[in-house]
Amino acid sequence: MSNKGIGRRGLVKTGAALSAAGLLAPTAGFAQSNPVKIGQIDSTTGNFAVLGQSQIAGAALAVAELNKKGGILGRPVEIYVEDDAGSPSTGLDKAGRLVDQENVDFFIGTVSSAVSLSLSQFAAAHNKVFMCSGGHVDKLTGPSCNWATFRVCSTTWILTSGDSKTLVEKFGKKWYFLTTDYAFGHSEQADYTKQVTALGGTIVGGALVPVSTPDFSSYLIQVKEAQPDVLCLLLAGDDQINAMKQITQFGINQTIKVGGALFELEQIAALPEAARYGVWTFEWYWNQPGVPHVADFVKRYVAANNGKYPSQRSWFGYVSVHALALASEKAGSTDAVKVAKALEGLVLPPEIALQPGAPAFRAGDHQLMLGMFPGEVIQTGTYPNLMQIYGVVPGASLALPESATGCSLTYPA
Amino acid sequence: MLLDIVFNGFNGLIVGSFYALMAIGLSLILGLNGVINFAHGGFMALAAYFAFTLVPYVGFWGALVIAPILAGGVGFIVEKLIIQRLYTRDPLYSLLATFGLALIIQDMLRTIWGAQGLPLAIPDFLNQPVSNTYFFVTGYRLFVVALAIISTAGLFAILRYTRLGVRIRAGNADLETIAALGVNIYLLRSANFVLGIMFAGLAGILAAGQLGLTPTMGDQLIMPAFVAIVVGGVGSLLGSLLGGLIIGVASGITTAFYPAGSEVVIYIIMGVMLVARPRGLLGQEGLLE
Amino acid sequence: MSEISLPREAGAAPKRDMRQLYMLAGMAILLLLVPFWIPLVGGYTDLASRVLIYALAAMGLNLLLGFTGGLSFGHAAYFGLGAYGTGLMLDYVTSSTLLAMLVGVLTGGLAALLLGPLAVRRRGIYFSMITIAIGQMFYFIAVRWNSLTGGEDGLTGYARQPIFGIPLGSVQFYYLVLIFFALGAWVLWTILDSPLGHTFVAIRENQKRLTFLGIRVDRYIALSFAISGVICALAGSLNSLLDNFVSPDDLKYTLSGNFLIIAVLGGMRNFWGPLVGAIIFVLVQNYVSAVTQNWMTVLGLIFVLSVMFFPLGVLGFFRRRSKA
Repeated sequence: MSNKGIGRRGLVKTGAALSAAGLLAPTAGFAQSNPVKIGQIDSTTGNFAVLGQSQIAGAALAVAELNKKGGILGRPVEIYVEDDAGSPSTGLDKAGRLVDQENVDFFIGTVSSAVSLSLSQFAAAHNKVFMCSGGHVDKLTGPSCNWATFRVCSTTWILTSGDSKTLVEKFGKKWYFLTTDYAFGHSEQADYTKQVTALGGTIVGGALVPVSTPDFSSYLIQVKEAQPDVLCLLLAGDDQINAMKQITQFGINQTIKVGGALFELEQIAALPEAARYGVWTFEWYWNQPGVPHVADFVKRYVAANNGKYPSQRSWFGYVSVHALALASEKAGSTDAVKVAKALEGLVLPPEIALQPGAPAFRAGDHQLMLGMFPGEVIQTGTYPNLMQIYGVVPGASLALPESATGCSLTYPA
Repeated sequence: MLLDIVFNGFNGLIVGSFYALMAIGLSLILGLNGVINFAHGGFMALAAYFAFTLVPYVGFWGALVIAPILAGGVGFIVEKLIIQRLYTRDPLYSLLATFGLALIIQDMLRTIWGAQGLPLAIPDFLNQPVSNTYFFVTGYRLFVVALAIISTAGLFAILRYTRLGVRIRAGNADLETIAALGVNIYLLRSANFVLGIMFAGLAGILAAGQLGLTPTMGDQLIMPAFVAIVVGGVGSLLGSLLGGLIIGVASGITTAFYPAGSEVVIYIIMGVMLVARPRGLLGQEGLLE
Repeated sequence: MSEISLPREAGAAPKRDMRQLYMLAGMAILLLLVPFWIPLVGGYTDLASRVLIYALAAMGLNLLLGFTGGLSFGHAAYFGLGAYGTGLMLDYVTSSTLLAMLVGVLTGGLAALLLGPLAVRRRGIYFSMITIAIGQMFYFIAVRWNSLTGGEDGLTGYARQPIFGIPLGSVQFYYLVLIFFALGAWVLWTILDSPLGHTFVAIRENQKRLTFLGIRVDRYIALSFAISGVICALAGSLNSLLDNFVSPDDLKYTLSGNFLIIAVLGGMRNFWGPLVGAIIFVLVQNYVSAVTQNWMTVLGLIFVLSVMFFPLGVLGFFRRRSKA
């Protein structure tokens, strides 16, 4: 079994889709033939599959675009996608394979925080730049940061800051948390608590819910008793969907405003109409009238993906690949340390950033200062028009200062 | 505080009857087929997905009836092709086989219907709370409780009053003898398996109405069902019902005091039961030793 | 639990002993030279380490499963405890890899020693269910106790430290794993060859008879349980060093299921069966997903087909062929 076939197979699939959409012009000849290889570790099975698949689709689109324009440094780009099944040991096994057998130059991907943390360690140990597309855990660009790891998606602090002010000002000062009992949930809650109390709000109660809880009735009973103004839902993936359905069933959302941080387009689409409500922070949204390049990107993505619209996850994947390409061109090489240094301070051009403002990767913690898109779910909306965005808030104004993140970077000698 | 406990306890009863429904099918299969069906969650999910596809054509009620039958059909095929060969062997083999089957089912669901969560539309009139103080008692949840009771009663009636039922009960006691007496035990075991799967299917559709559909939904539902049987007693359907209610209530009440412990508590109860009274509350001594 | 019983490994005619010796020597040479030949066949050293670790865990489990007749579906718990013990030691307490390993092994081993007697009070499916309950309990504790274990995100922030000044890169670590694998295998072999081991096998064959003979069967099963737990903990400890990472997945019942299928796939009645099973399993897990997204179906089919058609496992299958 030829191992190179995987990369080609992935490209061929995208190529077929793209050519069907008339996007694949005769490819420019490549100056050199040895490919630049990107390893993408993402979930195609398991709880994060639907998010991982969007990230994969976004990355695939970027790879196809790069190859159409001559590749990276004149070399064709190949992307190897491996399933982490949401499990760090599987992710590590695949990463090992990609390094030892395919000799990939870069890593991108991950949705699960656990996988991103373990891959981050692995990448640094093996001298490969890891562009974390979708793992949100704060410490990845905080105390556990390292020179090889960069992140496209936001930190928990940026995410929660995106709508905390809006929620307090518009809906009320008494907050109640329903948080999934894992690290990401804890960070969200801690961050919101700091922000809300700084705005004069009070936390009237909270409950930690085990992962994969099917039934929220006991928790919702407590919520009703506490009578908050805002119910802040910080639940993992499917749990959030369940909770929202049950909240509607119990009529809680009629008297209490529901909101939170991370809630994805893919998840909203999975909700029955009655359960579509709430104020959330998106990290990117496809509908940005008046912002150049966005509509074009959306059109290309839709054509390549059978009518599916790009979500923030798609954008993460897309940016991950393009950022690496830009940095390699800037550094004139694919050497990990050089690319890392080139990524520091790299500003995304408008056709990649696809938002107002100019997000850049911070040198101090390698975190992209992406804009936040807080908004409200449109109850009667039909896919893809599911969110009413209030506006875009630049990430740099929300993020913790570099000195406060706890990150200190040391490059290999 | 007391009110909290009462609320949570009552709510636990509702959740518990849900677990009970799931456990009943598992118990049937464990009893006569002697198989620990790790694929039970998978069949639950399968029926839910069938229902999802059927609802636009036959509505919720139609899907509620037809989808479990379809799932039962798949169960029939599985029993004939795979499980039947494993009856004479160590229970290890059927356990591993159903374990593998669970993987296959989950993958097939993801491949055919996609990885994204899907909603299952339930009739509107069921979606409302019954009263304001008891806001957590929605029509739908009452419906689940009612269905759990009705189907358990129905199963009880089948077992008591029909020939199939008598044979299943006799088979549970001594399969060899009834075979000697001329009963077609192959058919009997198939029928029993299908019956168990249909219960799983029913539970799956009702779960989907509340939780929505994902390919991994079977995973989170199977362990509590397992525990329910062990606590209530292997070999006793009333025991499975009871077991489900108990762990539902226990889990609910624990949530009032110490939410982080609400899952561990059901395993602790199971552990204690297995050590102190392994046959469970209403089970028969030494049934599976 | 008494289907086809195969003649025991040890104590056969001298000619068979010589052949066994040759095969053992051949295997040893192959294993010693892995870092050299594995890249040639498209593999890499860390993969071989993973194979040996899983093989060790499955062989430990097999002491209980294949040789004593106890179906434990929760042995990943001891594997995981070994992993967490080691990881936590390296993270917070010490920079000695060996000390961390020792603590890991003791943690898992102690758990198996204390919990075994609980499980063995019952037989058959009850026994299996108790092991599942134990496994799940540890899983939830690992997930809940965020502050200690890192919860779902797992334990990071440590790495295997040099032993006696030798840094543990992939190749060096492989040899460490090989040493402990050989050690574990030697311990298991010695036990199985001894009167204790013969008692275990006798229990598997006919528990009732042994009880009539006045032997405290549950004590022996508990002992088998404990020993297998220690070996699994050792494997887990090595696993945490391979990954420099531990997560609750290392305790989950799905991992227990994987160990079971490894033992069954290779051949439960054969001492080296689990090694063969581990090779097959890790290879499939690693390469199938590169070819298709439906690796779960492939894995599931392997489970189903192997129990249906190869209940004696690969080694068992070859044995029968050679006897026929």
